[in-house]
Amino acid sequence: MKILVAVKRVIDYNVQIRIKEDGSGVVTDNVKMSTNPPDDNAIEEAVKIKEAGKATEIVAITVGEVKAQETVRKALAVGADKGIHVKTEGALEPLAISKIIQKIVEKEKPDLVFMGKQAIDDDCNQTGQMLSALLNWPQATFASKIEIKDTSLEVTREIDEGLETIEINTPAIVTCDLRLNEPRYASLPNIMKAKKKPIEEINVSDLGIDITPRIEQLKVEEPPKRKAGIKVANVAELVQKLKNEAKVI
Amino acid sequence: MAVLLIAEHNNKELRPFTLNAATAASQIDADVHAVIIGQNSETAAKKLSELPLIKKVINIEAPHYENFTAENFAPAIVKLAENYSHIVCSANTFGKNLMPRIAAHLDTSQVSDIIKVISPDTFLRPIYAGNAFATVKTNDAKKCITIRPTSFEPCESSGGTATIEKGEAGEEFSNTKFIKREEIKSDRPELGTARIVVSGGRGMQSGDNFKLITEVADKLGAAIGASRAAVDAGYISNDHQVGQTGKVVVPDLYIAIGISGAIQHLAGMKESKVIVAINKDGEAPIFSVADYGLEADLFEALPQFMAELNKLNTIQK
Repeated sequence: MKILVAVKRVIDYNVQIRIKEDGSGVVTDNVKMSTNPPDDNAIEEAVKIKEAGKATEIVAITVGEVKAQETVRKALAVGADKGIHVKTEGALEPLAISKIIQKIVEKEKPDLVFMGKQAIDDDCNQTGQMLSALLNWPQATFASKIEIKDTSLEVTREIDEGLETIEINTPAIVTCDLRLNEPRYASLPNIMKAKKKPIEEINVSDLGIDITPRIEQLKVEEPPKRKAGIKVANVAELVQKLKNEAKVI
Repeated sequence: MAVLLIAEHNNKELRPFTLNAATAASQIDADVHAVIIGQNSETAAKKLSELPLIKKVINIEAPHYENFTAENFAPAIVKLAENYSHIVCSANTFGKNLMPRIAAHLDTSQVSDIIKVISPDTFLRPIYAGNAFATVKTNDAKKCITIRPTSFEPCESSGGTATIEKGEAGEEFSNTKFIKREEIKSDRPELGTARIVVSGGRGMQSGDNFKLITEVADKLGAAIGASRAAVDAGYISNDHQVGQTGKVVVPDLYIAIGISGAIQHLAGMKESKVIVAINKDGEAPIFSVADYGLEADLFEALPQFMAELNKLNTIQK
């Protein structure tokens, strides 16, 4: 079984983002970037499946500018066998990303495609579902447990009401929740070894698809600031304020 | 053209966020139709027809719709789409799972998780877990929109008399099979929708100490949250995690106990109406977003907090 894992480079989750003064977006120059956190879970799961002898090859793919390749390199360092970097410039919408990955899927013919359930920059939560629609494959979103069977997977999904279990036949798409596993860190020797693993570079223009944005971002602004609060002297005052001033208890 | 709302339900009742999504839909266009797909869902369809905002209900039934599988739902909705300018649904796990599948079939770029309707093609949506708000305009002819339910009031649920039409069922998608759903049966409210959330951080020092939080939560009828630090330290399971990589919550009251206020935690709770912080470090960033801050050792403050709550004659639930 072959697994394709999609990873995205985003501003690190611990960085306080800054909004550009002209309201055109968020500052990304000289800002710490890392792999989108649930994409790390996606890679980890693929590696675990391979370690269990149930997968033979893991291909990590990213779509984006030159530096996006760092996320593929990191995936190679934790256990992916080869990388693909589809080179693009500028922001892409999930619909365009899913069309790009669809092309790669048609070429690579994986049995499974894994990715994070959502990217923590645009918070769209669309790419996996869109890709499965385009491929007409089954989808298991928000996966917190995956059990591999012969020609299917049993996946437990995190839903608002609790947990849902579904069985999907391969080929299939799985989007990963943070609860799925604990991503490992790459060891130094593996980081060195990863430098020798191949990354295939593909220009998006060679794929022959329309990736023109459909959505204009008119403005990015700070959310309304909270008004300054007060410090209370003791617990009795706190409870009194909550009861009589804020009226929330 | 009218707006099509996708109703969320359990075949008997509407799920509550359908009412919030109906409000959002009506702000796009007054002509709101709703589709309800399920099996033996007449009762829920009837309830949907009673929402005064809804002008027409389309009820589609088949055995393979019983468990709300997106692969089955999407083609049925795509078939209806030609009559509508917008398709709208809640951005909860139901809508998040379903809507992108519809959008891709329609070759539409979806607008996710809007918090405000500015005009029928322009919306406000949070990005970076609410650390920035983006105003976006969609140029697609057909617009697929998911709405953040907590940003819209629920609509009236009675008095309406919309007609109920039967819609045509599509084929079954055979590569996805529903096995089971385990609903978390708890007296405690769901973290994502609770009126009050009491959260603990690394300051709790151990999983055992979370019982102090449990007591307060029980007393207030609150959900229990946690910071990523507390989850990573193994004090509590990660379904309690509030923050950019966990759940985003907007309760009326958020009580942060022993939480320093890392950026990624603040992103998940700073839209709460009232925020309380209890922390012994007076410089902790959590105090910058707190309406009421108490600089104290939580192991002294929490028992006192319980004692003060016990003195109250009534506590709102």
